Amino acid sequence: MKPTAKEYDKLNQQASKNTKSYITIPKAFVIGGLICMLGQAFIDLYQHFGVEKSVASTLCSVTLVFLASLLTGLNVYNKIAKHGGAGTLVPITGFSNAVTCSAMEFKSEGLILGLGAKIFTIAGPVIVYGLAASALYGLILCIIRLF
Amino acid sequence: MRSYLIITEMEMVLMYLKVFLVGGLLCAVGQVLIDYTKLTPARILVSYVVAGVALGAVGIYEQLVEFAGAGATVPLTGFGYLLAKGVKEAVAANGFLGILTGGLTAASAGIAAAILFGLIMALLFKPQDKS
Amino acid sequence: MAIHMSHKLSRSTIRLTNSPAIVASAAVGGKKEGEGPLASCFDILCDDTTFGEKTWEKTESRMQKDAVNKALEKAHLSTADIDFLFAGDLLNQCISSTYGLRDLEIPFLGVFGACSTMAESLALASLFVDNGIAVHAAAVTSSHFCSAERQFRLPLAYGGQRPPTSQWTATASGAAIIANDANGPFVKEICIGKITDMGITDANNMGAAMAPAAAQTLQTFFQDTGTSPADYDLILTGDLGQVGSSLLKELLNRENISILDNHNDCGLMIYDLERQDVHAGGSGCGCSASVLCGHILNEIRQKHLNEVLFIATGALMSPTSVQQGESIPGIAHLVHLSSVKWA
Repeated sequence: MKPTAKEYDKLNQQASKNTKSYITIPKAFVIGGLICMLGQAFIDLYQHFGVEKSVASTLCSVTLVFLASLLTGLNVYNKIAKHGGAGTLVPITGFSNAVTCSAMEFKSEGLILGLGAKIFTIAGPVIVYGLAASALYGLILCIIRLF
Repeated sequence: MRSYLIITEMEMVLMYLKVFLVGGLLCAVGQVLIDYTKLTPARILVSYVVAGVALGAVGIYEQLVEFAGAGATVPLTGFGYLLAKGVKEAVAANGFLGILTGGLTAASAGIAAAILFGLIMALLFKPQDKS
Repeated sequence: MAIHMSHKLSRSTIRLTNSPAIVASAAVGGKKEGEGPLASCFDILCDDTTFGEKTWEKTESRMQKDAVNKALEKAHLSTADIDFLFAGDLLNQCISSTYGLRDLEIPFLGVFGACSTMAESLALASLFVDNGIAVHAAAVTSSHFCSAERQFRLPLAYGGQRPPTSQWTATASGAAIIANDANGPFVKEICIGKITDMGITDANNMGAAMAPAAAQTLQTFFQDTGTSPADYDLILTGDLGQVGSSLLKELLNRENISILDNHNDCGLMIYDLERQDVHAGGSGCGCSASVLCGHILNEIRQKHLNEVLFIATGALMSPTSVQQGESIPGIAHLVHLSSVKWA
């Protein structure tokens, strides 16, 4: 008997191995946590040199973005990410990796329509919807201020 | 003097522990979403940023940043929080125009860094085969 | 030579009355393939997966050209001897084939059947020879991990995890030359598959999308020829991987057809699944092509295998259709290979 699409989906789920979450989740936790600790170390370091707290936080982001971009270029970031999963995806380093890897990948289609146009293939939505959400918040603030 | 130093060291250890736990937890939630939902990484990142904006708007994320420092600012929710914070300040200063200027102004360093370093690395390096 | 024409057994199954022979075949592979269990079966292996070319697309084209040239060399033929060339690959508009083979100046027919393309092109080339339209015909396909990743998935340097059901696109190419000859392996029958869709939408689980097509083609073939799995030494599917293979067995089991004893899958053979971290196995046009051309055909030549069913399966989707939420249709074409001619 030929199975229905529903039955087949059930068979498929039985045949498909699940991700070993007891490994992936702790790994993501530890690697993500370590990246954040590294970020804190940069903040403390910059503050130690007399930089103001909010500037130190911005400099920390820039430093992490730089390091992730460099490691992406050196083909190292994806090797860490194989283990890190969300631990390397969720921190700002993941955003940097998404931008740099797209730029590198599509360079072969030219500097303008390849690299330039496709640099935000993956990271673009983050800016689009982050900006949209913040603009909505701003609009609500403005409306509240009217009353 | 000596006891004062020990306390600050203790405080520092505690701070880094908080950074590790909060940052790690935010990443672990992302991994749960990857493993148990069919959400693609791009969707998860968008959700994180939007969640960061929302939590920033209602004032919760501010407290998390004070509690865990980089543990809250480094994950992409922190990027959303930054956008919300920027809009709030800009609207307070410039009214309606702040809706447009606030977000990107606050996030400008991170975005510009990602673009410029991305461009430089792409000019310097070639993608390699995975093994 | 060809006095008899191919004989149509049914709507989908055709008997090649003159038993055209695969007079030579060649397989080309990349680094990972050279580290796998079939490493010794490849004619050309390159440690540098760029093959010294500037883009991955150029590399893949180069691999097809190398595979055809190597097969010609082994058959002691030149490009001028080949009447028709059937070729295909996974890239948009089949550019690996067209760019790779443009200098050969052989009448060219591009085919697309996703990862089933080797069976499709081999079937067509054999039909042309069996019916005297070609004296020599060639079939070649290829795939490259890097060119496939950048077209179907994500940039290579992107830090992501592959789900356990995902398959690894082989960096490989396989070419076969078909002619009437006294020595095998011989192509005895072909069975053209129908597009089958059981509603799988997960592009990271191609095996599940393609297994129903393989089951349907096999069932049709057994019915049309009045044979059963026990009549064959090997039932070789192309790139179902772990998930698809177990689903295929389950689907056939429901029809009271058991292939447990003699089934294998190219995607499971080309890599060491545990050691090489390829999750559910290999895939891509080049996977089944290189396993067939590099390994299986030699086994038939040496009579280690006598009756083999080669069923290459393809997932007929594009990144656009997947993004639009469409389910993934599968296809499977069968080629019956043998160490002996029809009596």
